[in-house]
Amino acid sequence: MRTENKGNIYGINGPVIYLKGRTEFKMSEMVHVGEEKLVGEVISLDKDMTTIQVYEETSGLRPGEAVEATGEAVSVTLAPGILNNIFDGIERPLEQISEAGGGAFVTRGISVDSLDVEKKWQAHMTVAVGDDVHGGTVICEVQETTAILHKCMVPPDVKHATVTYVANDGEYTINDVIVKIELSDGTTRELTMTQRWPIRVPRPVHERHATSVPLITGQRVIDTMFPIAKGGAATIPGGFGTGKTMTQHQIAKWADADIIIYIGCGERGNEMTQVLEEFGELVDPKSGNPLMDRTTLIANTSNMPVAAREASIYTGITLAEYYRDMGYDVAIMADSTSRWAEALRELSGRLEEMPAEEGFPAYLASRLSAFYERAGHVESLNGSTGSVSIIGAVSPQGGDFSEPVTQNTKRFVRCFWALDKSLAYARHFPAIQWLSSYSEYIPDLASWYTDHVSPKFVDYRNRIMTLLNQENSLMEIVKLIGSDVLPDDQKLTLEIARVIRLGFLQQNAFHPEDTMVPLEKQFKMMDVILYLYKKCRDLVAMGHPMSVLKSEGMFEKVINIKYDVPNSNLQILDTYKKDIDDFYNRVIAKNS
Amino acid sequence: MSIEYLGLSNINGPLVALEGVQDAFFDEIVEFVVDHDTHKLGRIVELNEDKAIIQVFEGTENMSLENTHTKLTGRPMEIAVSEDMLGRTFDGIANPIDGLGPIVSTDFRDVNGLPLNPVKREYPRNYIRTGFSAIDGLTTLIRGQKLPIFSGDGLPHDQLAAQIVKQASLGDNSDEEFAIVFGAMGVKHDVADYFRKTFEESGVSDHVAMFLNLANDPVVERLITPRVALTVAEYLAFECHKHILVILTDMTSFCEALREVSSSKGEIPSRKGYPGYLYSELATIYERAGIIDGVKGSVTQLPILTMPNDDITHPIPDLTGYITEGQIVLDRNLNGQSIYPPISVLPSLSRLMKDGIGEGFTREDHQSLANQLFASYAKVGDARSLASVIGEDELSDIDKKYLVFGQEFEHRYVGQGEGENRSISETLNLGWKLLSLLPVSELDRLDPKLIEKYYPGEVTELKDEDFAKGDTTEDEE
Repeated sequence: MRTENKGNIYGINGPVIYLKGRTEFKMSEMVHVGEEKLVGEVISLDKDMTTIQVYEETSGLRPGEAVEATGEAVSVTLAPGILNNIFDGIERPLEQISEAGGGAFVTRGISVDSLDVEKKWQAHMTVAVGDDVHGGTVICEVQETTAILHKCMVPPDVKHATVTYVANDGEYTINDVIVKIELSDGTTRELTMTQRWPIRVPRPVHERHATSVPLITGQRVIDTMFPIAKGGAATIPGGFGTGKTMTQHQIAKWADADIIIYIGCGERGNEMTQVLEEFGELVDPKSGNPLMDRTTLIANTSNMPVAAREASIYTGITLAEYYRDMGYDVAIMADSTSRWAEALRELSGRLEEMPAEEGFPAYLASRLSAFYERAGHVESLNGSTGSVSIIGAVSPQGGDFSEPVTQNTKRFVRCFWALDKSLAYARHFPAIQWLSSYSEYIPDLASWYTDHVSPKFVDYRNRIMTLLNQENSLMEIVKLIGSDVLPDDQKLTLEIARVIRLGFLQQNAFHPEDTMVPLEKQFKMMDVILYLYKKCRDLVAMGHPMSVLKSEGMFEKVINIKYDVPNSNLQILDTYKKDIDDFYNRVIAKNS
Repeated sequence: MSIEYLGLSNINGPLVALEGVQDAFFDEIVEFVVDHDTHKLGRIVELNEDKAIIQVFEGTENMSLENTHTKLTGRPMEIAVSEDMLGRTFDGIANPIDGLGPIVSTDFRDVNGLPLNPVKREYPRNYIRTGFSAIDGLTTLIRGQKLPIFSGDGLPHDQLAAQIVKQASLGDNSDEEFAIVFGAMGVKHDVADYFRKTFEESGVSDHVAMFLNLANDPVVERLITPRVALTVAEYLAFECHKHILVILTDMTSFCEALREVSSSKGEIPSRKGYPGYLYSELATIYERAGIIDGVKGSVTQLPILTMPNDDITHPIPDLTGYITEGQIVLDRNLNGQSIYPPISVLPSLSRLMKDGIGEGFTREDHQSLANQLFASYAKVGDARSLASVIGEDELSDIDKKYLVFGQEFEHRYVGQGEGENRSISETLNLGWKLLSLLPVSELDRLDPKLIEKYYPGEVTELKDEDFAKGDTTEDEE
């Protein structure tokens, strides 16, 4: 497979190098550059110039140094050992880079295996000699972490084959031959636990299904107001300091996905360290296992080479698709896609391509759409169903959502969680602005909510939304003339909207009870709030002034439900309706 | 040992082109001798077979196509580092300019540094007390953080930075060694002088290494100055185990130098003419702050940048905000009201604050109190804009209370006397005192238990005598 293609460096410009003359390199092929064998990728070919982007720092390279082809597109290694690990943008484990001589710093030209090739995994074979297999068939199972059973599969390019050899159950490394198959043309192929897959090519599936199940994140404003489906795509745009990373962290911690892939793309080093530390300590509420057991991190911080930043997004999604093929629900956090788009812009600039809007290359939109389309709820080649959900953060310049990355992303996602600066300034978190955010998944998911939570769920959600919208129009008036002059029924709307904002939408990530809230509690909270609204409306209609209603402290009590009612004891919530009835009677008694 | 090349093939702004070079490598440093007497340094920024494009640090004045001798040094940009650099003053590329002779050292470091491996970082948790309520209380500075000051021309950012240095250095951690690395890019002579004088007056000048690229120094040198400063800082922090505070001023000049060089290279501009790699360039500077796991010492960065036209959405502050762990924003209005430091509280933020405060660090109520102050102060803005439409008299009682709160908050909490150095508990207690201007029902971010413990009870106004010195009830520092 390995070809002896070679060339010599002619020119160097930052992360881009040029080779003169005609070469036999292929597009997107991975190459080794220079004496230090830096990893690079062929990005353009013509008859007298080959252009290569280098995934490592290029200082020290000289013209004339050799460039060698590897015969393979830039690919990732797929095998047990991916979870509970941290990689750079091209799947090199950072822990091993550090051990291989880098120390505390990421040095260049270090050659490490993506995954541990010496570790022996206890494998259970799931095929027998004589079985018919095809791409996707599970050949062996390995308990990768306490949470996840890793299923090694026949590579997707195999159409039809018969098993001719199966190793016994036992301990194997990822490169040991465990199964041999005879292909339909009579050739034999040896299979190990390992597959290689090019990062820019989506892994094939049998069929795509419609999305019908929500990804439950435990965040009220998401699950109730703007849900994302398993297999869906959502985007979180927001200026700096509005809480994109915080929201991503919360979802990564509490979402009910089986696997989380967290891509830190051009973000801060300290943030990745924080994720590593925190996720190592936290426990998955569903399974009781450490969160890192279902998580893998891809860290290409802002000071690491720009070309690897561009690749990191694809590396992450390829890993996600691999686990999806095993039948898992995978959620991928990309923080932030703007950094990736900027890496595209930077490389495009170095290639002297004609810029389109704001200096971004004209292919920005097509790259974004190709990425988000890799999300989906699918039936894989082996018949299991799995999903990849993408949650991409966008960091618009100056917090202005009209810039190209936000606008183009919006076209390809169906769920938009707009973060708002003024909410963040008032420390209202998550700062998801309820008026400008939307989710197109609600109609798809309505029947799920009806079956699994309550038939009233969607109706309640819509009524809450209506109240928030009414508040918004009333605020226009209040801004001009103050709230004192409003009639009492409008004052009530404002007050209930306040209860919704503070008691429901706002969620405290640092509070042990409030950081993650089950759907049942979310629903009951809505129920209590709407019941309070109904009773208060009756009181106001009877002529009781708002000032009296407010003086009873009932609104504050409802706001504090999120702290006062523990998730483990939701029955307490049922007593609130009685409290509201008491409050109703008290007000009537007082004024009669 | 090395070949000398005579003459150049092209000179364009700060860039020169040299043809026929052999065995040069990307990012290599070259030496020029102009007219046999002037020495200059340059860096190879682009290579095409035997043609090198070289950036000249000291500027291309007096260079002609004929009078220049060029020599390849065979190494990337390296500087000698030593503990003796503290107390010394250098130019922008680490040549001593204080007349005390060269630095003798066998330790050389590549100024470009290397990215710190995220698995080897230690998450910063230890706060630095600056003595400013607006910073300590609301945007706490953490050791190992990068927290820029977003300022504007004519605002007292230099004063603020100098006072932070003074008060942080004379803080409570006297057993640990503390030092300052000061990098100036394109600043005015008076500014550099001001810092030097302040360091001397506060008795810290023998703990300061100064790297000065002044406004009239060559532009290209500015691109190296922050890297030089950070290389020295990393050496002092991770190899000499000191806690280093790096002040970089003014990052706007650095970015402008980058734009200038980029446009003379004929690169395609992106936003406002800045090159597409501005984000990556800034990141390689700002990300060089932090703590290494298991190594004593830290690098904390306090970069200062002046926002062109006070515009926070300008590419420089915008990209900076996306890289750094928060920002301190100065405000012209507050400055106009003679409030010092004129910190605009709402857009200011410290991302690392949440893990470095609270019980065990400062005090249990710190985070909730800060959230409440932010939330209440955000409402002041609404009340003010309403007052400007309908007049203050027509406001509801609660809005009137917010106006009073806002006024007192700005003058007593944000504003403080020059040289006033507040302790953490002074700052926290002051916060509670301000909240006492508001009724309990407005305090929706605070746990009722905290309110019971700390809330002093509602008052209608604050009196000056309440602020006599030494009223810190529970000093837990």
